[in-house]
Amino acid sequence: MAEPMKIRATMQGDVADVKVLMNHPMETGLRKDAKTGQMVPAHHINTVTAKINGNTVLEGNMAGGVSKNPYLGFKVKGAKSGDTVEVSWVDNKGDKRTDTAKIA
Amino acid sequence: MNALRRNVLKGATGAGAVAVAVAAGLITPARVLAATPRSAFDAKGMADTMKAMGLAAPADSKDITIKAPDIAENGAVVPVEVTSSIAGTSGIAILAEKNASPLVADFSFQGGAQGFISTRIKMANTSLVRAVVTAGGKTYTAAKEVKVTIGGCGG
Amino acid sequence: MKKAILGLIGLGLLGGAVNVMASPESDRQEMIKYYTTKYPNIKIDDYVYGALAFDADSKAQYDAIMEFPPYESVLEKGKKMWETPLKSGKTYADCLPNGGKNIAGNYPYFDEKAGKVVTLIDAINACRVANGEQAYKPGDKATTGTLTAYMRTLSDGMLMNIKVEGPKALDAYEDGKKTFFSRAGQLNFSCATCHVQNAGVRLRSELISPAVGHTVHWPVFRGGDNLVELQTRYVGCFKSVRHISAPAGSEKLNNLEYFHSYLSNGLPMKASVFRK
Repeated sequence: MAEPMKIRATMQGDVADVKVLMNHPMETGLRKDAKTGQMVPAHHINTVTAKINGNTVLEGNMAGGVSKNPYLGFKVKGAKSGDTVEVSWVDNKGDKRTDTAKIA
Repeated sequence: MNALRRNVLKGATGAGAVAVAVAAGLITPARVLAATPRSAFDAKGMADTMKAMGLAAPADSKDITIKAPDIAENGAVVPVEVTSSIAGTSGIAILAEKNASPLVADFSFQGGAQGFISTRIKMANTSLVRAVVTAGGKTYTAAKEVKVTIGGCGG
Repeated sequence: MKKAILGLIGLGLLGGAVNVMASPESDRQEMIKYYTTKYPNIKIDDYVYGALAFDADSKAQYDAIMEFPPYESVLEKGKKMWETPLKSGKTYADCLPNGGKNIAGNYPYFDEKAGKVVTLIDAINACRVANGEQAYKPGDKATTGTLTAYMRTLSDGMLMNIKVEGPKALDAYEDGKKTFFSRAGQLNFSCATCHVQNAGVRLRSELISPAVGHTVHWPVFRGGDNLVELQTRYVGCFKSVRHISAPAGSEKLNNLEYFHSYLSNGLPMKASVFRK
């Protein structure tokens, strides 16, 4: 079971400033385990989707080149305080996670 | 800036290959960014990656700002922020040119999302970090060099 | 090369000056005067950022990462450990002063009765043992590291407030000072060689941090979420100069931490932080 994301969203003028921290190892598949000498299999988030009040605002694709525990910051015009931000990800093993937060 | 020019010169053969591919009708220049094929993330080297992304040689743009360090504190966590002030920006892709697989992530915007993305990437070597922006069916690009050193200290 | 030679001359001068039996406070003032004379443009308050105070590009990356640090889940684990009652049913908050809040800057302190320096980790272990648990191993990331990483956030912003009172405390302080200024290892470096005489200078690609401001921000999370405790860093530093270090939690390193912490008196705690 994937650990929850942390989402912080604040209004900066008429633009919502959204910051997300996902919990994921983001293994590239190119790294050797120092102890066993075996290659660590690729395990990374493939897609990310962000919605505000149910409307998609951001769709992303990523791979092992994004740092462990991925951080995403984006800005949405027209959103307002109290709106719900929903962020979801799906990884290459089919594991997924969705979390929500209110815009402060 | 000079680093960028050098790279463009160095990449000339790669771009040529892409142009040939376009001419041969193998790839189409216009595309929907969100539909980046998964294979583009596994492509090795810049030329193959751009090809897999279905990108013809994008035009250099001064309206793309890349905020990234001159020297990365740690290649495993390099903060990168891309802002595009090109009207109608609908997508931003981030590439680390010397990574085994250069394409790191790409994002498409709708419903009021601005042409802005902030993230942290892994970089294997000193290289250009390139942003490719899609706006109005066209693609634009900018790059910034980030030096990666092998460090040991930190306190 | 020239810089290195200047550094060596500096060591002689400073080493000579500090070896005169001085009070801890005059040691601290002298150290600050040394840095501020060399780097008049860097405020001593910024020394809590370590080497980052000397390099805007590094500091910008630190700021970007600290906006949402990748190690947040480790702090959450630490919070759970902190809140979980010990065998006696009591919590750490019950047995540490002030519920464990705004106290980290008082450690290490000198315990007159025990006749030795007590670090924050010692105090936590004393609490564990008194409440029916086994002591944690100093330097263990999963236990002392994770717990103190969270516990220190409860003291974020507190000013470091180390006291050296009485002859025995002064002896422990002087012992730590001796370790700090003694050259050791194959490379024949002391702590001061790098972190006093060459602070702000590049050692190959690395900017060296000043000793003042060091102790306010441990443990650090290197490269994202790799937790490193202060005394583990001491052991690493000694290893870097090819010296066999005393282990984390030993009297020698506790005394070093006592002296080292005194140098940061008056500076705010920064818990917990990212380092490369």
